[in-house]
Amino acid sequence: MKIRLNRSDFDRIAKQARETLPNECCGLLAGHVDGDLKIVQRIYLLTNVDGSSQHFSMDPKEQLEAVLSMRTLGLKPLGNYHSHPETPARPSEEDIRLARDPKASYLIMSLASGEPSLKAFHIEKGAASLEEIEVLE
Amino acid sequence: MRIEVAGEPRDIEKGATILDLIKLEGVETPEYVTVSVNGDFIPKDELEKELSEGDSVEFLYFMGGGM
Repeated sequence: MKIRLNRSDFDRIAKQARETLPNECCGLLAGHVDGDLKIVQRIYLLTNVDGSSQHFSMDPKEQLEAVLSMRTLGLKPLGNYHSHPETPARPSEEDIRLARDPKASYLIMSLASGEPSLKAFHIEKGAASLEEIEVLE
Repeated sequence: MRIEVAGEPRDIEKGATILDLIKLEGVETPEYVTVSVNGDFIPKDELEKELSEGDSVEFLYFMGGGM
């Protein structure tokens, strides 16, 4: 599975990740699926209610609002993202343990090098594999 | 009676509880699921509450992680 998103959405995630420092940020991705391609049409910036640099939990109220918005707009949930302020963009043991939807793409934006780095993963049965990301300029 | 689950109509028996619906829908790992009925979040100790005609139910899976 490949995931495509616009540069403007990449930049919004990066901006949120920087503004949320030193804590992790999080959000949801919505759009549609065309064969093996997930096309992100809207991102939802959510609050990390953990307010932590090492953990995130999405605000359930905002999560519900996002789900209802997706339905109204005719979009499908494609996955979610969160940031790693100081570690690489790869899923931690906790990320893998708490990933419960094999249909979802799990995106991680790392700020460890100073510049935002975004990677996507498929997580199923305790194993994570890299998904290709295409950022449209 | 008719309710909605994730925006889709469902016919369930009158008197069915939220817990009954969780089982009927085959919700996986319910301990990680938050339930809302008509936009209100239901505390875990109130899942025995009966549903009513026209209720709109959403199951929200916990999304979180850590580094």
